[in-house]
Amino acid sequence: MSRVEAGGEARMSKAGGGSAGAPARRPGPLWTLALFRSELGTTFRRWRTIALLGVLAAIPVLVGIAVKIETSDGGSFGQGRGGDGEGPAFFAQITNNGIFLVFASLAATLPVFLPMAIGVIAGDAVAGEAGSGTLRYLLVAPAGRTRLLLAKFTTVMAFCLVATLVVAAAGLATGALLFPLGDVTLISGTTVMAFCLVATLVVAAAGLATGALLFPLGDVTLISGTTVSFADGLLRALAVAGLVAYSLIGIATVGLFISTLTNSGIAAMAATVGLLVTVQILDTIPQLHAIQPYLFPHYWLSFADVLRDPVYWDQLAKNFGLQALYVAVFGSAAWARFTAKDITV
Amino acid sequence: MDQPSAEDPAARAAVETRGLTKRYRGGQLAVDSLDLTVPRGSVFGFLGPNGSGKTTTIRMLMGLIEPTAGRARLLGAPMPRAARSVLPRVGALIEGPALYPFLTGRDNLVRFDAADPTADPGTRAARVSAALERVGLTAAARKKARAYSLGMKQRLGLAAALLQPRELLVLDEPTNGLDPQGMREIRTLVRELADDGTTVFLSSHLLDEIEQVCTHAAVMTQGRLIVQGTVAELAAGSRGRLSITTPDPAEAVRVLKEHGVTDIVALEERVTGELPASGGSAPPLDLADLNAALVRAGVRVRAFGTERASLEDAFVALTGEGFDVAG
Repeated sequence: MSRVEAGGEARMSKAGGGSAGAPARRPGPLWTLALFRSELGTTFRRWRTIALLGVLAAIPVLVGIAVKIETSDGGSFGQGRGGDGEGPAFFAQITNNGIFLVFASLAATLPVFLPMAIGVIAGDAVAGEAGSGTLRYLLVAPAGRTRLLLAKFTTVMAFCLVATLVVAAAGLATGALLFPLGDVTLISGTTVMAFCLVATLVVAAAGLATGALLFPLGDVTLISGTTVSFADGLLRALAVAGLVAYSLIGIATVGLFISTLTNSGIAAMAATVGLLVTVQILDTIPQLHAIQPYLFPHYWLSFADVLRDPVYWDQLAKNFGLQALYVAVFGSAAWARFTAKDITV
Repeated sequence: MDQPSAEDPAARAAVETRGLTKRYRGGQLAVDSLDLTVPRGSVFGFLGPNGSGKTTTIRMLMGLIEPTAGRARLLGAPMPRAARSVLPRVGALIEGPALYPFLTGRDNLVRFDAADPTADPGTRAARVSAALERVGLTAAARKKARAYSLGMKQRLGLAAALLQPRELLVLDEPTNGLDPQGMREIRTLVRELADDGTTVFLSSHLLDEIEQVCTHAAVMTQGRLIVQGTVAELAAGSRGRLSITTPDPAEAVRVLKEHGVTDIVALEERVTGELPASGGSAPPLDLADLNAALVRAGVRVRAFGTERASLEDAFVALTGEGFDVAG
């Protein structure tokens, strides 16, 4: 019934539109946001995206279980391994305090898994649409090239944040289930109370409410020797998640730029991930120290400095500037390329 | 009075190109100074062998490809500069449908509609339903597009072009992959839209189809426009042959010759010939008179008529090639 009415309406307005020439529809100011919403929905409802997030969420669980098994005889994990790099340093702390699983998980996924997932989403963003031909229909809709690219950029950035929060939340949930939560001992050492409520909020924010009820109250110890409250620890965990997400926007923008260069989503994904691996290798070759401060992964592990007391801002600030530079340069390049591109597919 | 009407955007042609040229990187000249005029309200057939530059032309019109030279105007506004204001009034099906296989048919339409900044989100659901209804996909709207047959995809592509009231529809091979019933529905739809005042720009390789629905046509080959005009004019370029079936062919040939029919071929019971050209001093030959003359001469006529001059004849005469020849 309503469908019939709608059909009739459309036909009538068509006739009106045809005879009256062009009574241009006056777009509402917020209508343009529909594309952004559509972009987010299309990306996050896709099975591939959900599978990627699932794999990312599984990593903290696996790490947690591995640490639990290894230490089930009462021994301490990481004893005698020494902390080569910040990553392993977190692992040693997990058995004392579950919240360190968050840091350990982020440190473990930041070099490979997180950027790879982002490479897939960013690389496919434009090239995938071009390959399937849907790009031409979006552009004649007309989405507007700049507007479409902005929507893609926003979505990729949102994915960076969501992916990081998923890892952090899975780490927190697993850590809370398998290990005691307690005071966070920084690289100095203070003791405070824990607030499950905050933990619950973090988990809920990442869509992982499961297990939230299982959080025990407790104190949290950070790595610097200082101990801060569990609440403070959680805030720092959130800050770390934010920093990790921010660290990924460089590679995300590079991926988006690569995506505008080709009509094959697979090729763009492969190129982005290949570039990621190459740059990571370059970052470890001592002879290349002159260019290393300009490589996007160079300051990635600087997020650990948030766990120091006082916080070391130097590397954090450098990371901030570097990622912003990558976004500016490759964002402009992507825009220049995409707005001038002939869409022949 | 002519000058002001040329300035009036409503009076302008729906599509107008002047010297439109596209040379791809690598030097291939895909479209060579095209002067195309599609009158408003027409159903315009765009013909040409594969590789003749039709699709490149359509992509330039829609702002997907930047012309190397020349200009194109859509609904009176320059493309691609005015894309944002013009394209919402243009529906398009370009080189077959393209869908998100992981979304349902309905969600595909919602996504394409959301891409249009002039589309009111408040009426989106109703407009999507109306478009689905119009192409007969309501029952399959909740299926994932990957489960659609080619014909269903084609219909969904058309639905996307009909999400808004349009002044111009650009349909590239709209009946590809459809069964005969579907083709008929599309033809009916095109006629309906044309009756509503929508200009339809239709490219097709099915000449029959163009002949049945189009009022105007243009033929391209090797990047050049060789002819454009009304379908009647084009078909007139190659007139139909007279065809008679009779058990008395010899007598029939004699009578036909008397009436000025040329190039007569008698094959058993079938006699065909070229009708004399109309125009000039002689009045056009009335077929009814010819038939009466045959019967008076004692010729027993089983069938009598002209084999309709098809656009295909005109096309082959113009391009001198078949359809699967790529330039």
